Amino acid sequence: MTKESTGPKKTPQTDKIAFWYDPKKRSILYQLGILAMVGLLGYYLISNTLANLERQNIATGFGFLEKESSFEIGESLIPYSAADKYARALMVGVLNTLLVSFIGVVLTVILGTFIGIARLSTNWIVNRLAAVYIEVFQDIPVLLQLFFWYAFFYEILPGPRQALSPLTGVFLSNRGLVFAVPVVHAAHMYMAVAFLAGCIGIYFLRRWARQRQAKTGMAFPVFRVSVVILILLQLLAWMAGGAPTEMSVPELKAFNFQGGLNVSPEFTALLLGLVLYTAAFVAEAVRAGIQSVSKGQREAAMSIGLKPNQLLQLVILPQALRVIIPPLTSQMLSLTKNSSLAVAIGYPDFVSVAGTAINQTGQAIEGVAMIMIVYLFFSLSTSAFMNWYNKKIALVER
Amino acid sequence: MQDIDQHNLADEIKPPVTQVGIIGWIRTNLFKGWFNSILTLITVYILWVIIPPLIRWAFIDSLWFSTGEECKQIDGACWSIIPTNLRFILFGFYPYDQQWRPLVAMALLIALLFYSRNRDHWKKPLAYAWILGLSLMGLLMKGGLFGLSSVDSSQWGGLPLTLLLSIFGLTAAYPLGILLALGRRSKMATVKALSIIYIELIRGVPLISLLFMSSVVFPLFLPEGVNINNIIRAQVAIILFTAAYIAEVVRGGLQAIPRGQYEAAESLGLNYYLSMRLIVLPQALKIVIPPSVQQLISAFKDTSLVVIIALFDVLKTTQTILSDPQWMGFSAEAYIFVALIYFLCCFFMSNYSRRLERELETGL
Repeated sequence: MTKESTGPKKTPQTDKIAFWYDPKKRSILYQLGILAMVGLLGYYLISNTLANLERQNIATGFGFLEKESSFEIGESLIPYSAADKYARALMVGVLNTLLVSFIGVVLTVILGTFIGIARLSTNWIVNRLAAVYIEVFQDIPVLLQLFFWYAFFYEILPGPRQALSPLTGVFLSNRGLVFAVPVVHAAHMYMAVAFLAGCIGIYFLRRWARQRQAKTGMAFPVFRVSVVILILLQLLAWMAGGAPTEMSVPELKAFNFQGGLNVSPEFTALLLGLVLYTAAFVAEAVRAGIQSVSKGQREAAMSIGLKPNQLLQLVILPQALRVIIPPLTSQMLSLTKNSSLAVAIGYPDFVSVAGTAINQTGQAIEGVAMIMIVYLFFSLSTSAFMNWYNKKIALVER
Repeated sequence: MQDIDQHNLADEIKPPVTQVGIIGWIRTNLFKGWFNSILTLITVYILWVIIPPLIRWAFIDSLWFSTGEECKQIDGACWSIIPTNLRFILFGFYPYDQQWRPLVAMALLIALLFYSRNRDHWKKPLAYAWILGLSLMGLLMKGGLFGLSSVDSSQWGGLPLTLLLSIFGLTAAYPLGILLALGRRSKMATVKALSIIYIELIRGVPLISLLFMSSVVFPLFLPEGVNINNIIRAQVAIILFTAAYIAEVVRGGLQAIPRGQYEAAESLGLNYYLSMRLIVLPQALKIVIPPSVQQLISAFKDTSLVVIIALFDVLKTTQTILSDPQWMGFSAEAYIFVALIYFLCCFFMSNYSRRLERELETGL
């Protein structure tokens, strides 16, 4: 029935229109044209590349990953020597990049939040200082900041003998940052387990408290109880492990420090530069987020009798976070990408290791492709996680 | 009656001394409540510890015009490194007796930028002035005409190179970015997919990997015998990189245009090209002017990465001076000087973008 009614109307029209006046057909034509152009360009580049590679006798493929790398890497989280394969050298690089990015992101979020809140302080001097910090550190290229901190370590800081000690057990010298750490003991393992168990327990406690409040309206001091649970569990695990108190304290022997944890000047300079630069942007995001919550919200919350911490937790933060999370994500990504600047100050991150591999094997295409793939993977996984988190806290509309 | 009384009262009785003037200001801004008071005291103490030694280092114990040897005798800052090597830091390996040319080119650029600050000047002649100005700058730098001796672009360096890479980078990236943004919103699946892949691919990788690509992989892409100067290769990498970010900025503007505008354009019978050029883009681009200035700032800062592929921008020339034994060990002074150049440029640009944002807010 319907077929009959639409049939006669449609057919004469489609017959009349020339195919280049039909938007659908025209769009197919355009798309074919564009695909052909992209294909031709790709073919041109690839054929040139293959010809060049053949002429210069450069090997292709990822076979070099299995060969002996024969270069040393200054810092490594996993055992590595020059006799290991390229694949392992690149793994060392990836782990170093992850390490500096992870610590960098955590410190940046803490420092950025702190400065963002300081920027909103009613205290004039704190407010002004935060504003100056944000303006200065945003406007200087991060590479220049890295060079500055690198020079700071190698030129300005004294040798280990005259090392600065801002806190007891912490030493700053041109050999890097050295600080005291507890000697590894079985009890630390128990504490880690206890921490995990505590976190899981708190998760269920929170759920129970929320359900109870929904049912009975009675609030439960989740935060205070959680803190107590965490501290108590840690303390118990520590005592169960025999309460070790031994610390590995750095001591000056001959020309350098022995004992303690030594963080290289390259790593410290990289971390310092990245964190100070990115924190300025995070601070701006935090300030904008908090300011986006209208004054009426605060007043309404106060008028229904919420306490200051409830006001922050239940009214301000949920609304501010929605505004803060997207720019925060892009700042985290930019910190991870900027960590590739490590190559300029000699920290063996992934780009630096891959660069060495390119120089030694001459296989530039594979090297650069690997750099791009690894960073794409980092970027896409970070943004996937942050998108998930963002969706979780997004405004649930009726 | 009561009203008048209150009025008189307010007139006659002045507020207490502790609430107005300097004391009042200090009370409300620095010592309001115990928490603020402690905060103020701690901050002032920290500043007191840091600032005086810094001033002593930078101004009192410092040398401004001396040799490197004299500097090594003192504790303070050695600013002498700047005036002595200023011309190399600013112009790199550009022939010494020709360095007035990049100077004039930069002056021209700054004059153009200052003239363009005023929105009343945003008319067609300004666009011609920019085209003329940019070609004149290129002519000044390159030479080879009108009796100017030819200077190979491999000798370009210092601040002109930094400015060139960022300004040309943004100018060339803008049209490409607009195309990509339109492509991302296109109804044609292929165009949309290609644009998305390009934008996300570029935004997902660090600029340094593109610069590596331009310096080591790009030569392999070219047919035999064709060589492209490494400055141009870096410029292409910066353009391709910036275009992806511009595309996202422009997309923000396109999304902000109400649907009715698109539909109105269509109902007037305008085709895609005309409706974009006459209706949508003029409005969308106006919205994205402030974020575009932000993009210019970050392109300007990002050009410093060309150091890593050994182009002599202002950071690399500074490092070259620092590797001279006479000036070794004065990195802090030299880097502070370069940081000051970057800071001043970025500060003016970001202030300008904030001003524009305020001015344009009432539009649309």
